[in-house]
Amino acid sequence: MNVQSKPGKGGYIGQSMPRPNAVRLVEGRAQYVDDVMLPRMLHVAYLRSPHAHAKILAIRTDAAKKAPGVVLVATGKDFANIEKFAGVLAHFKGMKSAQQSVIAIDRACWQGEPVAAVVAESRHLAEDALELIEVDYQPLPVMVDIERGLDADASVIHAELKDNLCFSRDVDAGDFDAVAARADHIVEQTFRFPRHTGVCLEGRSVLGNWISADKRLTVYISHQAPNMVQDCFAKLLGLPESAVRVICVDVGGSFGIKTHVYGDELATCALSMMLGRPVKFVADRLESFVSDIHSRDHLVKGKIAVTKEGKLLAVSFEDRLAVGPYSVYPRGSAVEGNQICNITAQWYTLEAYRARMQTVFTNMAPYSNYRAVGHPVAVGIAEGLVDAAARKIGMDPIEIRRNNLIPDHAFPFQSVSGMKFEVMSHHRCLDELVKAMNYEALRKEQVELRKKGRYRGIGIASMIEITNPSAMFYGIGGVRVSAQDGCTARMEPSGSIVILHGCGEQGQGTETIFAQIAADAIGVPLETVRLVTGDTEVTPYGGGTWASRGAGVGGEATWQAARALRHNILELAALITQTDIGKLTIVNGSVVDSASGEEKITLAECGRIAYFRPDTLDSYRPELCVTRHFVPKQFPFCFTNGVIACHLEVDVNTGFIELQKFWAVEDCGTVLNPQLVDEQMRGGIVHGIGPTLFEHCIYNENGQLQNGNMADYLVPMPCEIPDMVVCHVSTPTKETEIGAKGAGEAGTAGTPAAIMNALNDALLPFNTVLTDMPFTPEKVLKGLGKV
Amino acid sequence: MSEQMQISFILNGERKQVLVPMRLHIIDFLREKYELSSPRVGCEHGVCGACTIRVDGELARGCLMLAVQADGKTIETLEHLTQTGEIKDLQEKFVERNALQCGYCTSGMLITAADLLKQGKPASREAIRDHLSGNYCRCTGYEAIVDSIEAVMKKRVESGKRAAR
Repeated sequence: MNVQSKPGKGGYIGQSMPRPNAVRLVEGRAQYVDDVMLPRMLHVAYLRSPHAHAKILAIRTDAAKKAPGVVLVATGKDFANIEKFAGVLAHFKGMKSAQQSVIAIDRACWQGEPVAAVVAESRHLAEDALELIEVDYQPLPVMVDIERGLDADASVIHAELKDNLCFSRDVDAGDFDAVAARADHIVEQTFRFPRHTGVCLEGRSVLGNWISADKRLTVYISHQAPNMVQDCFAKLLGLPESAVRVICVDVGGSFGIKTHVYGDELATCALSMMLGRPVKFVADRLESFVSDIHSRDHLVKGKIAVTKEGKLLAVSFEDRLAVGPYSVYPRGSAVEGNQICNITAQWYTLEAYRARMQTVFTNMAPYSNYRAVGHPVAVGIAEGLVDAAARKIGMDPIEIRRNNLIPDHAFPFQSVSGMKFEVMSHHRCLDELVKAMNYEALRKEQVELRKKGRYRGIGIASMIEITNPSAMFYGIGGVRVSAQDGCTARMEPSGSIVILHGCGEQGQGTETIFAQIAADAIGVPLETVRLVTGDTEVTPYGGGTWASRGAGVGGEATWQAARALRHNILELAALITQTDIGKLTIVNGSVVDSASGEEKITLAECGRIAYFRPDTLDSYRPELCVTRHFVPKQFPFCFTNGVIACHLEVDVNTGFIELQKFWAVEDCGTVLNPQLVDEQMRGGIVHGIGPTLFEHCIYNENGQLQNGNMADYLVPMPCEIPDMVVCHVSTPTKETEIGAKGAGEAGTAGTPAAIMNALNDALLPFNTVLTDMPFTPEKVLKGLGKV
Repeated sequence: MSEQMQISFILNGERKQVLVPMRLHIIDFLREKYELSSPRVGCEHGVCGACTIRVDGELARGCLMLAVQADGKTIETLEHLTQTGEIKDLQEKFVERNALQCGYCTSGMLITAADLLKQGKPASREAIRDHLSGNYCRCTGYEAIVDSIEAVMKKRVESGKRAAR
């Protein structure tokens, strides 16, 4: 049963309600970690290794210790009592990693790894003292070569691991060779997806406050998963879970970057414990580039088997990706590759599928999950190959997709790789897209403009997206990241509602949709619902925001808690008014007769009696504070689907690409708040544009990041981004009552492929195909043979 | 390094006289000394625009200006623009249109947009995008920001015309 058929619907679900918590942000009253000032607070700055791989022979800190304002100088050995860590998932067979220290001891394994810490009265003074620390390094061989990283003679980063392989996986479904033998064409294509990072405008930030009298550590942190931080920090610092309170107020961008445990953040809390004073660390931009997790960085060789009639038979690929020197704690560095093995091209009715993926350790910055984990690569490989097949047989890109996408009536469906899909709408989405973009007219315009020497291209990318993950994601692998969310719904004496939730806000609108859901579920005005998130001390245990789980999992927990509270309010009202509970409902903050709409009692009056005159209720005990938890169980993941189109123009003389427009049609099930979903799509698309055209962490052979600043590492600017049309098809999941699937990552997942296909469509007259992202003007001109 | 200088300036409508370290950037000065948290530290090399403030009515990067350079000048931050109500319509439109997500770029974005709106002339979406090019937003994809500024601009130009009649 979905929301639409539920009683008590107040009509907020499905409306574009603005975010009440955005008001303080536009008035300059947000509270990011750096805005938190505590008495006697100190600041820490970290000295970072300039070498990608080096033995640390000696560290001389005497001069730094005597510098003005310095309170403490610490090196790796001072943190030796903190447990070492690595993210190894038990269900990933054969996965391995060396153990990481919070601060390097004896050896640094990437340029940017912290090697010493200075705590001082101000960040300025701490940085002054850093310059007085002398470190003797003995450089070691550097491994950054994705192609040679597994060769027998490759230098091995961690001798105890024997090689540089973090994780590999082979999927062999159907008989690829036999199926491919029936094809008219086997089309091959190599793809390169660049290493990039998240560039959250607010750098990673943490403020640890150890109060020794209470034996408690309060951690203010810019993070997406407060309970995960609580669990990991407690474990690694040797504290009971109850001794660690994690507070996330406003978070200045996260995109997956802030779902991990970073050594410098943990060390900051350890320093607070050593000093008994609050210690703050805010990563500056330059250290963000070399210490935030990086992602993607794939070299892929793919093949697709197609008949001359346009039937896609089989897909195979080999993917090699370069992670950092350690598997990042606790989620690991292997989910990206694993997702790619699972989902690539699985939205097509293939007969065979073969995938080989190898995740390789390197001496580059640590690497883990970033928005749309694996998806831009999975969609890039699949949609790049589908277009290559279409070009080979001279078929229109829309037609080849219509011929091969899983039919909308075929669900539930198990894909050739074994993915279980509950329900999807590929064909309806594609039909909507063709209409929205006026595809035929754009094709005609393309032909006309080509005659004038202007080269426009249209690129299509169909896709799926993993959302609402169950415990099959991390829990099964022994990783203590919660797949369930808890929500407490409480009615106050005034009749207003407080929602406490383990799933917080980084600007997506999480709190707003929870308020919409709660208001509808109970039957109260939206403005009477207040949200409390981001504090492990007061919110029920929850997973936080990642893998597009907030709406679908957190939202359902909200619905369940609010419905339970509604029931309890009605039970109380029935007793007070001596009415049969079945004849009552709640509308606009009042209990009314469900048939006539006549008001029986207000929630405020219920509250007054429950809290101040319970003596009048005989033996009945009102329970106006209820908690419910939700976790998906029927399917390991709730897959969404969608299609994105890109329209662009290539200047064949300069190599510049001008984006004209994007269209996206996506199906996130029940659309809880259309404007918020649209803006997730638009923001997601721009995160897909970045690494396709501009963003690239460029390393040289010595493992030195060549462009680690915002002047040289290019992120999309307003003038480069076109308007984006977003449309919805709604196929709610039946696993939950609200029916919502995730919506935070689809734009990022599909956009690189849509741009790549549009670019190659534009370049069709020149008989060149570009697949090496980012597509810089230089690469375009090289492809055209002009440089 | 510890050299200091006495400066006198107007901060958000109030005259200030204070001794400041020569090397201190105005962004750190405003945030730490006066607890004005609306200008945000984003890149510290003049690219991202999160630290944008007004100096004598003109846009300035808080990370590229020293505190001592404020001597004799008038400095305004978003706190002041909020208090005077100068951009109330724009702030309301940003909320209504969801022209912000995490909010970290928003102070700089609003002050930069106010600069364009002050000119009192209509501008194309392209011109709005160009004007914002020194302000990065990682969340929204910019479209909602452009929509908001465009809508407020139209409304202001129309009410300006009505007033002139």
